[in-house]
Amino acid sequence: MSEGTKYGLLIDYEYCTGCFTCQVACAQEYRRPNEIVGMQVIEIIQMLPNGKSYLTFIPFPTELCTLCASRTRSGLEPACVKHCMAKCIKHGPIEALAKEMNEKGRMVLWAPQ
Amino acid sequence: MSGKNVQVLRTTTWSAGPGCHGGCGVLAYIEDGKLVKIEGDPEHPWNQGRLCSRALAITQYVYHPNRLTRPLKRVGKRGEGKWEEISWDEAFDLIEARMKKIRQDHGPESFIFSMGTGRDIGPWICMLAYAYGSPNVMFSLSGIACYSPRISAVETVQGDYCVIDAAQWLVDRYESPRYKIPDCIVVWGYDIPASCPDNIFGHWIIDLMKRGAKIIAIDPRLSWFASRATKWLRLRPGTDGALAMGFLNVIINEKLYDEGFVEKWTNAHHLIRCDAGRLLRESDLVDGGSQSNFVVWDAEDEKPAIWDSDEAGYRSPDVKPRLTGDFEVDLRDGKRVQARTVWDVFCEEVNGYPLERVAEITLVPEKDIRDAAIFYAKSKPASIHWGVPIDMTPAVTPTAQAITYLWCLTGNLDVPGGNVISRYAFDAVAYALPGAEGVIKLKSKEVDKKRIGAARYGPLNKFIWRAQTDLALEQIFTEDPYPIKGMWIQACNPIGGIGMDPKRWVEAIKKLEFVVAVDLFHTPSTQLADIILPAATFLEKDGVRSWWVPLQTINKAITVGQCKPDLEINFELAKRFDPDFRWDRIHDLFDDILRPSGMTFRELQERGGWALPTEGHPSAPYHRFEKGLLRKDRKPGFQTPSGKIELYSSLREEWGLEPLPHYEEPPFTPISQPELAKEYPLILSTGRRSPVYFHSEHRNIPWLRQIHPHPLIEIHPNTARSLGISSGEWVWVENWLGRCRFKAKVTPVVPEWMVMAEHGWWFPEEPGAEPSLFKVWKSNVNQLIPMGYQGKDGLGAPIKHTLCKVYKVSAGDASDE
Repeated sequence: MSEGTKYGLLIDYEYCTGCFTCQVACAQEYRRPNEIVGMQVIEIIQMLPNGKSYLTFIPFPTELCTLCASRTRSGLEPACVKHCMAKCIKHGPIEALAKEMNEKGRMVLWAPQ
Repeated sequence: MSGKNVQVLRTTTWSAGPGCHGGCGVLAYIEDGKLVKIEGDPEHPWNQGRLCSRALAITQYVYHPNRLTRPLKRVGKRGEGKWEEISWDEAFDLIEARMKKIRQDHGPESFIFSMGTGRDIGPWICMLAYAYGSPNVMFSLSGIACYSPRISAVETVQGDYCVIDAAQWLVDRYESPRYKIPDCIVVWGYDIPASCPDNIFGHWIIDLMKRGAKIIAIDPRLSWFASRATKWLRLRPGTDGALAMGFLNVIINEKLYDEGFVEKWTNAHHLIRCDAGRLLRESDLVDGGSQSNFVVWDAEDEKPAIWDSDEAGYRSPDVKPRLTGDFEVDLRDGKRVQARTVWDVFCEEVNGYPLERVAEITLVPEKDIRDAAIFYAKSKPASIHWGVPIDMTPAVTPTAQAITYLWCLTGNLDVPGGNVISRYAFDAVAYALPGAEGVIKLKSKEVDKKRIGAARYGPLNKFIWRAQTDLALEQIFTEDPYPIKGMWIQACNPIGGIGMDPKRWVEAIKKLEFVVAVDLFHTPSTQLADIILPAATFLEKDGVRSWWVPLQTINKAITVGQCKPDLEINFELAKRFDPDFRWDRIHDLFDDILRPSGMTFRELQERGGWALPTEGHPSAPYHRFEKGLLRKDRKPGFQTPSGKIELYSSLREEWGLEPLPHYEEPPFTPISQPELAKEYPLILSTGRRSPVYFHSEHRNIPWLRQIHPHPLIEIHPNTARSLGISSGEWVWVENWLGRCRFKAKVTPVVPEWMVMAEHGWWFPEEPGAEPSLFKVWKSNVNQLIPMGYQGKDGLGAPIKHTLCKVYKVSAGDASDE
């Protein structure tokens, strides 16, 4: 990986079940005090035509997210990625992750500040 | 993680901690004897490195400031919340003396041993009860309505239970060449990612969806699965039996069933006497004939032939049994009777459920039922996995029976990616469970005769070795046929969680002479105890886990205060109660349980703490009924009375119950109670899981509570609008039994005609002493659900469908909000 490579998280919200594992994995890793979260899972119920709905969750990394710099330096996955029950969060170079978005829909790509 | 003095210890989750049915491999990070972090074990085939929110919050649980860490003795009145810390020696001596006195004065059966859902407690509470001499181990839910009824129903007609095959028997899991990804998975009443029930890791189904499996979701709610399903059947709660009969109707009439399977492996050819309406048996035809053998009509000779159940074959060679037809059979007493085949009678029953009728009962459109049934039947392989709503209706057995025939008749039984027969790994079983005996046993069958409900209910003498909960509650008041004097409550919260009509449970428990509660925290139920003993989390104990697969060890990592594992507590008392108690050391007991695996506890630990049985072992798939791996005599077939899949159940017939699958309208629905429905127009369903809580646990864990701070009731936007209710407002939910309060979550995931109220709510931050009991009456929805409506076989209860009305909490009512 070259100097200056930007990293991010690719979130496949088609498979996020809203289990909140990422949020608590992050809280444990950083011993976060109550109400301060590094990852926040959001429920979105999309009303569709004909009385149908699509139930979605999106794990949203907050301002506190550093992509687990200390973990990734030691070759570990970020805490949320490691524990994600649906294996729907992927960590990697943004360019590579963006290419993956060509292959599959219902994804969002997130980069830290 | 600082990195200094950190040890990493590998172990297995099971109950206290995440609370669930366990099975996940974890790595515990221990720094100077203290747990600092937990992670999923990437080497473990069960969870493959993943872990849920409840497990990941474990440091807050283990070192919670309110954790019970010393035995407590009540010093005020019951419920007054006044306690004195005592030593373990004093606690054990006191319990021993009081319980022995009750045993001497009233007999050991007068003491009930009450447990919650079956986790790392079943064997140890049985061990204690049996050492004391009581057969009355009680799973404290009305109608024992969680899992056991489904297991019992399936074993009644199939001989063994089965579950979805998510390759959990195979080390390489989905990559194994022996495995096939199901084309279709029916998720029947199950929000499985939130709960991991029934020894299934919920996200396995998501793994399978990513690999191509399509979903049929059967759920009144728009669950996560329903939202992504190829077919979603939004049925009225409690009508699963009718829907299953509708599926069978399509599969039979459109000839989508596996004819070879019906011919070879079911009792479809067996004859039923038309005069008596029961199976014809060899004893009807010949003097000295066996009652266990059945009769078919041989097409070769045009006369009856005997099916020998023990031999799993016909008495005479070359029998060609007729599948359909009317026959005249001469009985040994000279009488001539008309007889029909099971297949004809079965099809006639199924034909009583045309889709028009099924649609009317279930509210699912005819076309959707037909399309889903065809999609399921044509997918090879296809798998069904079902949830607790099947148990939570009084007619659980005929419902579960109908669903069992779906996987049997479509050729999906014990095939890769289908419904695979689930035995305990290596047949290593700790205690008597459906279909297994175990090393922890009652001393004699004589003692078992006094078990509450055993005399009344057939399945309680064949598959389920528990006291019948509804009868037990009544017996506390009636003292008939004998008085109940004490209760041992362990891993159980009857007042705040598992008990229906919980105020009646308070009254019942207060009537008892002596009550012990074993728990990790105070709960509404501990408030009614005389002695409370502090229990340990899974990280603080050694243990063995044998629930389907794998066979696992739990390995002690830490110690907290004076907490003791449930097993150690019960072991000490069992030795005091039973001079002939079999084991000196706990590890001897573990070795006995593990003996069928050929490994000792230490050996299994040294292998990494888990093992899977390999092909050829009766506890490993596939195609075991063909290979003769299911029956004790190693003949092909099943462990049912006839050795066949029984489309007409001989056991149910013996118990005086309907032998065929069918639908029964539950007791409290708009159909069965049209008058009540005028005042209480909404269907009240309960029990929807939150991923951050296990039933009534975890409201005191900050990382989890912040995610889900309030008890919620889901209301459809149109219904909410008509009631003037907005999201976030407190509302009353009320029926003829009582009322309680929830925060409205206005959401289209529920239909307009139903509300979904969460269960298990109490408030650990509130005072424990009565009348508060941690404000358990504020939001405990079980106050609206009765006891005493168990099914005809003692199993099942109307927990997920009753009636209610919902209205806003007015300003005066909400003074404490």
